[in-house]
Amino acid sequence: MPVVLDIVDLTKRFADFVAVDNVCFQAEEGKFFSILGPSGCGKTTLLRMIAGFLEPTSGSLQIRGKDMLGIPPNRRPVNLVFQNLALFPMMNVADNIGFGLKRQRCPKKEIASKTEAMLERVHLSGYGSKDISQLSGGQKQRVAIARALVLEPSILLLDEPLGALDLKLREQMKIELKNLQREVGTTFIYITHDQSEALVMSDTVAVMNAGRFEQIDTPRNLYSRPASSFVAGFVGETNIFAASVEDISPTLRLRAENGVLFKATAMQEMAGAKKGRLFIRPEAIILEPDSGLDNLNRFEVTVRTILFDGSNTKILAMLGDREITVALPQNQQFAHITPGETVSAGVHIDACKCYPGE
Amino acid sequence: MKFKLSSGLFIFLTPVLLWLFLLIVIPQIELLLMSLRGENNLGEPIWTFANYLHFFTEEIYWYTFVRTATYAIIVTVLTFIVTFPVAFYITKVVSKRLSVFLTILLLVPFWVSELVRVYGWMILLRESGVLNHIMLSLGLIDKPVEMLYNDISMIMGLVYTSMLFMVVPLISSLEGMDDSLIEAAHDLGASKWTIFTRIVIPYAAPGITSGSIVVFMLALGNYLTPNLMGGKNSLWFTEQIYNQFIASFNWNQGAAFGFLLLLLSSLIIWVGLKMSKQQLGRVLS
Amino acid sequence: MKRILVLAVMLTLSLSSSAFSQETLKILTWKGYAPQQLVDKFEKETGIKVELTLSNNEEMIAKLRATRGAGFDLAQPSQDRISSVQEKYQIYQAMDYSKINADQLIGSMLDAVKKNTAVGGDSFGVPFCYGTSGLIVNKKLAAEAKDYSDLLNKAYEGRISYRLKRPTLIGLAFAMGDDPFAKYNDAAAYEALMNSVAEKMVAAKPLVKNYWSNGDALLEMVRSGEVAVAMGWDNGGWKLNAENPDIDFVAPASGALGWIDTFAIPAKAKNVEAAYKWINFILAPENAAIFTNLEKYGTASKGADKFLDKEIADNFKRSFSEADIDNIKWYPPVPANLEQIEGKILDKVKAAQ
Repeated sequence: MPVVLDIVDLTKRFADFVAVDNVCFQAEEGKFFSILGPSGCGKTTLLRMIAGFLEPTSGSLQIRGKDMLGIPPNRRPVNLVFQNLALFPMMNVADNIGFGLKRQRCPKKEIASKTEAMLERVHLSGYGSKDISQLSGGQKQRVAIARALVLEPSILLLDEPLGALDLKLREQMKIELKNLQREVGTTFIYITHDQSEALVMSDTVAVMNAGRFEQIDTPRNLYSRPASSFVAGFVGETNIFAASVEDISPTLRLRAENGVLFKATAMQEMAGAKKGRLFIRPEAIILEPDSGLDNLNRFEVTVRTILFDGSNTKILAMLGDREITVALPQNQQFAHITPGETVSAGVHIDACKCYPGE
Repeated sequence: MKFKLSSGLFIFLTPVLLWLFLLIVIPQIELLLMSLRGENNLGEPIWTFANYLHFFTEEIYWYTFVRTATYAIIVTVLTFIVTFPVAFYITKVVSKRLSVFLTILLLVPFWVSELVRVYGWMILLRESGVLNHIMLSLGLIDKPVEMLYNDISMIMGLVYTSMLFMVVPLISSLEGMDDSLIEAAHDLGASKWTIFTRIVIPYAAPGITSGSIVVFMLALGNYLTPNLMGGKNSLWFTEQIYNQFIASFNWNQGAAFGFLLLLLSSLIIWVGLKMSKQQLGRVLS
Repeated sequence: MKRILVLAVMLTLSLSSSAFSQETLKILTWKGYAPQQLVDKFEKETGIKVELTLSNNEEMIAKLRATRGAGFDLAQPSQDRISSVQEKYQIYQAMDYSKINADQLIGSMLDAVKKNTAVGGDSFGVPFCYGTSGLIVNKKLAAEAKDYSDLLNKAYEGRISYRLKRPTLIGLAFAMGDDPFAKYNDAAAYEALMNSVAEKMVAAKPLVKNYWSNGDALLEMVRSGEVAVAMGWDNGGWKLNAENPDIDFVAPASGALGWIDTFAIPAKAKNVEAAYKWINFILAPENAAIFTNLEKYGTASKGADKFLDKEIADNFKRSFSEADIDNIKWYPPVPANLEQIEGKILDKVKAAQ
């Protein structure tokens, strides 16, 4: 796959604050690329540099092999879908979508036909003459995307465009957006702080923290093999323990803050480390494990609360003086468990992931 | 009627209605009646449209109105041109705190009465004034120049006295505009000029229109500034009304002029709204 | 409800008590006609509070016409602007001359005013002060200026100022060798004369610096040298002469325009007694002299001469020769509707480019 966007050592400093710190990555043609990070991590700054609203302090930024530094936003082959959509309230839907084409001096007929085709693509046929204020949140969303996509940019940048939508609509738009991207084949660079959005839609996700990329990988790998303690904690739900290292070989053994002893898998070099952080996914904890299973940390937990959520039901239980989250399998096997009960539990050594650090 | 007038509400409203009626409606009706009165050849009072016809038959009157209206339009346009960059700078360029400070700075001169401000300009511009003094001592000129008493200084004075009424609606409408609209347009390929004409101006249009209406009416109805700064050529329509009432003792004619001013200026505003495709309701809300 | 009533009663009481506790005298007058010094003295002597409203002839008439003669206890119109206005709008009440201390007035002036302000069997005015309109000239800049025609003289381009009011029209008409006062009662002839005056004014419009409307502003412009020839009141010229001997009042060759300002009592005056008190007070020789010394206007008070500064007589002598005094054109009463003719002509001059 050819590389559309190639960023090398990109840095942006504001006074003495480094917003983006030596970021390198490549986005491939036709891929859905997400940048995931907490607010303030520098992802918006990075996006604005790609769009051309900010000039980097140092580093290079190429689109389809062409250097983009110094080129203003209106001459870059990228378009941005703004967080608040930024639809022009004084124009109707068709004029909003046709705005960019008009700037390219497209003939009127072509603008009309392209606009109509784009409206159809985002399932808004016949909405061209409506005012922006007449649209629902989801419809505005689609107009904003259509307005950018109609220009057939090399890269479509999306700045948390689903943030303003309610949960149900957001779930629906995730799927729609993913499908749309596959249909049009444009490279999407999508920034979000919502890991579920990133995981569901993306081909590749870059996890960003404090101006740096912690890991660039497929969603699956991010989830199952987080490269850093930050990624492990940020991507997906997890139980985190501060622990002290008891033993490193033959197996890594840790004493968690609540006194429980875990055998764990080191995800990074632990030699010389006295302290570690232990991550255990809720779905990795097995209730009432078969006594025949090997390589299991076994302990007893006391159930405090059951959070019933259909297929996503969890329980909150006490392990020593720590509360942990345990995901229940979907087969209703543990429907009998009630708060206050003490049950045996276990977790496989492979699922106890340990990183050095406080 | 959305709600029934309860007796309590009625008592509450009575002073306001009374005030409106006694001090605004009745004098207007009296003026209207006065404007329709005249004398026949024998000096007896009669009902007549002569006062209104007079305006159209006597060249000097409609000429003065056309002149006044033209200048008022010029003043409105100039005021917009002068204040728009200011409003844009305050709302979109500087930081929030500085923008509050700058807005206050803009308002401060308007705490002083118009008369004082106009005299301030006169002290600056007159032949023996501050500006001439400075230019003389700098050697830029070797003889004082009279900068007062011409149309340019009058227009400048009018623009100055009207600025506030344009800048405030402009600031409030530009403040409501999300910066991302500008960025979005830029991102979609628009040049700075296109952003200005296609995004910023249309967005601020209600503010521009309401500001323009106020400035136009104020300029048209101004008496002080044209009189003091305009000097010898500056016959303003309001001055003509004043002259009819005070100098010529012809109250009937003066009242007719007053109503013509109201009607014709409303007409101009109506045409302006039609041309700019604005709606009065939206502009005033 | 009770409380509101009590409040209303209290309010009424406090309002009426304040109104009655001190008698007031409301005077509609010109700037300088009631010096603070004399107002203080009057208030001390009589306990009557004086409220002044400053105005000019036209506004005075308009104000009283709007209220049909109410709102003021005393007005000070020029004697020529009383009879026709009174005839048409009845805004004054007949003067009771028995209440006026005629001994302290110049008899001939009182008689002239009585005659000129007569409507029906009654008269309406008592003379207060007099003066003339003529030229205020900066001799250094305009040594040769000596008649109204110099207001249209190309030699003083950009250094000329006058009012767009009737005295200017009349002065210029005299300078043209005509007699506008003689045509007062022939509206058509008067209009024709004034139109020819206006033509000249329009032709000479590029020469004029501005049309003044505020006396103080005019004096300031003459003082600063921006204006060399102006039409104005004699007292203004004399005031400036005290500061700068180059500037003086010049009686125009075709005659200074003489005016007498009066006292007249509005039809619905509330405090007529106080009005008479004020008239007798301010025309008492020592008080009239204070006024004249301050403002340089001539006074109608007979005995005031001996209290006057020497400068006052000097001023008069400097500006008026015997011939000039004989040549003063005193305004006769203005007939009705003349103002409309003049108003339109003045508008035309102002509108001309």
